[in-house]
Amino acid sequence: MKRFAGLLLVVLALAGMVWAQGALLINGAGATFPYPIYSKWFDEYHKKFTNVQINYQSVGSGAGIKQVTEGTVDFGASDAIMNDDQLKAYADKHGSGILHFPMVLGAVVPIYNVPGVNSALNFTPEALAGIFLGRVTKWNDPAIASANKGVNLPANDIVVVHRSDGSGTTYIWTDYLSKVSSDWNTKPGKGASISWPVGLGGKGNEGVSGLIRNTPNSIGYVELIYAVQTKIEYASVKNSSGDFVKADFGSVSAAAAGAAKDMPDDFRVSITNAPGKGAYPISSFTWLLIPAKFSDAGKRDAMKGFIKWGITDGQSYAENLSYAKLPKEVVAKELKAIDKIQ
Amino acid sequence: MAATTTTVPNAGPVSGSRSFLRKLREGDEIARIITFLFASTVVLVTILLVFELWHGSSLARHKFGFGFFVTSVWDPIAGDFGALPFIYGTLVTALVSLAIAVPLGIGAAIFLAELAPQKISDTLQFFIDLLAAVPSVIYGLLGVFIIVPIMREYIQPFLKSTLGFLPLFTGPAYGIGFFTAGIVLAIMVIPYIVSVSREVLLSVPRDQREAALALGSTRWESTWKVVVPFARTGIMGSIFLALARALGETMAVTMVIGNTPTISASLFSPGYSIAAVIANEFSEATGDLYVQSLIELGLVLFILTFVLNGLARLLIILTAQRGSEMGRT
Repeated sequence: MKRFAGLLLVVLALAGMVWAQGALLINGAGATFPYPIYSKWFDEYHKKFTNVQINYQSVGSGAGIKQVTEGTVDFGASDAIMNDDQLKAYADKHGSGILHFPMVLGAVVPIYNVPGVNSALNFTPEALAGIFLGRVTKWNDPAIASANKGVNLPANDIVVVHRSDGSGTTYIWTDYLSKVSSDWNTKPGKGASISWPVGLGGKGNEGVSGLIRNTPNSIGYVELIYAVQTKIEYASVKNSSGDFVKADFGSVSAAAAGAAKDMPDDFRVSITNAPGKGAYPISSFTWLLIPAKFSDAGKRDAMKGFIKWGITDGQSYAENLSYAKLPKEVVAKELKAIDKIQ
Repeated sequence: MAATTTTVPNAGPVSGSRSFLRKLREGDEIARIITFLFASTVVLVTILLVFELWHGSSLARHKFGFGFFVTSVWDPIAGDFGALPFIYGTLVTALVSLAIAVPLGIGAAIFLAELAPQKISDTLQFFIDLLAAVPSVIYGLLGVFIIVPIMREYIQPFLKSTLGFLPLFTGPAYGIGFFTAGIVLAIMVIPYIVSVSREVLLSVPRDQREAALALGSTRWESTWKVVVPFARTGIMGSIFLALARALGETMAVTMVIGNTPTISASLFSPGYSIAAVIANEFSEATGDLYVQSLIELGLVLFILTFVLNGLARLLIILTAQRGSEMGRT
């Protein structure tokens, strides 16, 4: 009987520990693009602070915004900033605002399959916009050839490939095209899904790269991480300072540093087409969307602690997972902004 | 429960002599109520489904009205939505798949049921059932990595050079598009047609065949003129099961159709289907109108399936009548 009581105590103690762990369960949902690093972070953070358990569902940026607005999750995550209408919808529902916190950086790169071309291609913004608008239709068009002297480009028709599923990647890509082409800005514009003037749709990064690998004379775009991890050759893009830049950790962080000087207080900034030598123009932050007011003080403190850790110590995990780190200026500004969470 | 010798189990209308309590005790009434509840859940789910689709798309229905069915713009940014290219793509891919799968499937079923030795028939049937259980994403991968390159390199150039005068086979050969989606769908639905048709053919009474043979017909004549017409209703049923699968297939189609909302007479052109666009865009759809337009597409797919199923029923009834008339003369 004594032994039984002892056993009971052990069971109760264990249950208590589980309960204590469950006491600070924070739920989030949103972008798929930062999911690898977020899940790594939540895991590491839980190891450090065992009383905080963060669950994250990578359901897509749009769904993340929707869920945090509806209040079904404690925080959201998105590759695109919330627009003014979405901010207003949130404020109307909750009576308080929502804050954007940049966590890491990513980039979108052009990939292609041109038979006979083995060297890395260069693209000007005009060439990319022209191709995706359906105006530049041959690979040997002067718009492409002028930036690729010495490359023997064929006179074949260009096959454009884009994402068919709504995605933050498409948002970054079309945000860039909207900035460099006024025609693109009027129509089709920028968004997670748009009405494409030309091209075939592939589902996900793997769908796009699969189509491109299988289709001669094709061009499309994928996330930098995906291109790096699957070892696909990708092109350099001319930035607004006139340099042809290939995306890597350095050039993506450079784009963020260029934008950091005029970083608005709410961090809602697009860094596509960022100026600066060596800045890769199709880069973007990815944001956590944190309610400005938490009703649960425990969750609030845990969330603040996590953000602080993520933008400082957590950054050391970024490059192993092919994300670019936040520039110091941005981190400093964010550390101050954390106090806005109440 | 011990069966009594005095009462005979009665499946039809209940006779008045037995009291309700007694029926309850014997279990008949309980079984009736429980199975009735099970059956009514099917109806209930259907009604709820329609209600949700109808209710969830009210904004889009009011904004676009009937125009939703006849406009071909799909622009999430401008907030303009039309279903026509998706309806077109859904119907075209389903038709292409049936055009390929029906002759192949019924031919295979006839061989398995009538001509093949029992052992071969059973073995092949095992493999066909296995095919029906393969997840659709696998068929999609098969499509992307094997069928698409073959289509682009060999089949589409060949069709263009031989039948290129038809508008069906024009335009650049990407390898993906309506035609390839139709072929992948055909591969997916053939097992359904073969499996069901074979069962139906096997269930044709032996007398029918023997009578035909006794009258001096050859094996093929007895199969084609007696057995197949006898099993016509069941074969039709298998085709419509296949059609339903083809209309609703999402994953395999989206991987090979090209995901571009176009309406083109050419089967080589990339297109889009209703199920594919819903799966692709729903998770990232922002704004009420966008989401509701996608839900309305779901409603359209439901209506499409409903109408085609209704037509199928009608066809079965008509052919059944004609069959019995033929039998009399």
